[in-house]
Amino acid sequence: MLNNNILTVDQLKKYFIVNQGVLKAVDGVTFSVKNGEIFSIVGESGSGKSTVAYMIIGTYKPTTGKIIYREKYDISQGISKRPHKLKKEIQIVFQAPGTSLNPARNIKQILEVPIKIHNFSKTQSELNERVLELLEMVELSADYMYKYPSMLGGGEKQRVAIARALSVNPSFVLLDEPTSSLDVSVQAKIINMLIQFKKIFNLTYIFITHDLSLVRNIASRVAIMYLGKICEIAPVSEFFNNPLHPYTQILLSSIPVISHEEEALKPKRIMSMGEIPSPINLPPGCSFYSRCPKRMDICGIKDPEMLEIERGHVVRCNLYSK
Amino acid sequence: MNNPLIEIKDLHVQFRVFEGILKVLDGVNLTLKFGEKVGLVGETSCGKSTIGKAITRLLYIPPAIITRGEILFEGKDILRMSQVEFRQIRKKISIIFQDPTAALNPFFTIGTQVQDVIRFAERSGKNTGKEDIRAHAIQALKEVLIPDPERALKSYPIQLSGGMRQRVCIAMALVRMNKLVIADEPVTSLDVTIQDQILRLLKELVEKYNTSIILISHNLAIVRELTNRVYIMYAGSIVEVAKTKDFFAHPLHPYSQGLLSVIPKLTGGGIGEGIYGSVPKYINPPKGCRFHPRCKQVMPICKEKKAPLFKVSEDHEVACFLFKNGV
Repeated sequence: MLNNNILTVDQLKKYFIVNQGVLKAVDGVTFSVKNGEIFSIVGESGSGKSTVAYMIIGTYKPTTGKIIYREKYDISQGISKRPHKLKKEIQIVFQAPGTSLNPARNIKQILEVPIKIHNFSKTQSELNERVLELLEMVELSADYMYKYPSMLGGGEKQRVAIARALSVNPSFVLLDEPTSSLDVSVQAKIINMLIQFKKIFNLTYIFITHDLSLVRNIASRVAIMYLGKICEIAPVSEFFNNPLHPYTQILLSSIPVISHEEEALKPKRIMSMGEIPSPINLPPGCSFYSRCPKRMDICGIKDPEMLEIERGHVVRCNLYSK
Repeated sequence: MNNPLIEIKDLHVQFRVFEGILKVLDGVNLTLKFGEKVGLVGETSCGKSTIGKAITRLLYIPPAIITRGEILFEGKDILRMSQVEFRQIRKKISIIFQDPTAALNPFFTIGTQVQDVIRFAERSGKNTGKEDIRAHAIQALKEVLIPDPERALKSYPIQLSGGMRQRVCIAMALVRMNKLVIADEPVTSLDVTIQDQILRLLKELVEKYNTSIILISHNLAIVRELTNRVYIMYAGSIVEVAKTKDFFAHPLHPYSQGLLSVIPKLTGGGIGEGIYGSVPKYINPPKGCRFHPRCKQVMPICKEKKAPLFKVSEDHEVACFLFKNGV
């Protein structure tokens, strides 16, 4: 089972009908996640990366496309049609711990909910023990049990959110920008904790973020999203040494860094132009056409397809099509 | 011209809240020369925005209390000035906030808001006509690379994207060719590619107008790209002052070293383990150096006395007893 894909996503689409037309939040995304890896999805705001996560967890039902879990369970029908035992397998940690924890419940009550739903503890004393165990795991003391989310700092709230996600022994965890609202020193602690849990509990992560420097340090593979589509998928070391898609190059050259060694790693300064267009009623052709420094005439007409340039390195750009 | 433009001396700011008194700023000293670009870096709630607000008198008093210290702008103390006097100074200072959505009034068009700023400045008397002001506003929007400024003038903030709104805020800050711009986390809420554009723009315009800038940010990388000199803050006091180049080459204070080690690097190699413990509560801050409970190199004296800024070289000062006798 070791090298199998834990999750396969095939031509996943999610359209929303809005007043002005059709909003294509996710438009044909295909990737697979191997057992035990950290797969990272990177993109600007509005690129659809969170929507992908919500479809995997089941909040949204995909418009079309398939999500296959462990190569046999089709989970693309939304949460209501998902078998109960699969619900506990896949868990999520949200971006803003301030809004994902119920302000009217104390930490104990928050942590009890998933344990009760999935019947992990039969008696009240077992339940208490489990909550204490979880708190200890995320390095919070026992007196946090009766505190309310508003009394905690950002890092502590995120620890509770992580404890809640891990309370039902999942094997697959979606991390939706878990540290983007935290300071770097707190971020380091949370990330180290997550990496440690991955080893102990044998987890697989999808790590959604906009911070490429963070991805460089923790992920094994990375997918870059732009306007609901994936531009490039590559193993991390390959990706940072040889970025192929023009958008990826812009993204890499825009990262502010703190040392000369890092400066040398960035692709030559490419000026970024324009902004991410509205995903409503997109014109035909490549979605990056309006901002691309290397655009050709064909890009305005033909939407490029995913091409495998090297083993595991996939790019969607007309520059590389034959 | 060698006099500093702004000089903050021993500033103490406290906030009165239900639980007691938050002792936030604890003796901050800061100087800014004409045309200098200074970065003010620290983690959340270290008091960096409080400094920015104190300079522009945007602190609400109460709950804020300025217990000690002075802020000299061109030699005059801002804190002990009358409202009328301050209004003349305020024309020379502008501020860019973190969240452009909250900084712009949703009920007025961009045009109204930009033109109001120009009217308030009343520069040199020649730009007082309605048409002149409008032309000036269009010019300002052009400078921040807003496509079709005529249309932007007629639109409401909600009709623009986040990046465009921040451009408008920058235009409003720079349209008066001020002496000082305080940029309080100007790009934190934006995406990296937009961040890059806005920073480049800010840098160009600041150099063009020879404006001094105080860049307040928690992102060291941004500060490195834009400033000449950097102040590192921790829990309400300045812990290190240095030329930006020197600081990134040789950070001295244990906190600065810890901070730099936890930033994820593009070169890979994993993430540092973080700084032990957490930021102190302002209600009852630790005695002596506020960093001592988290410091690995703590000495007995740190628990008793707060370290002043020791000079280790011409432009490098650090508030730590480890450097009492230089490096």
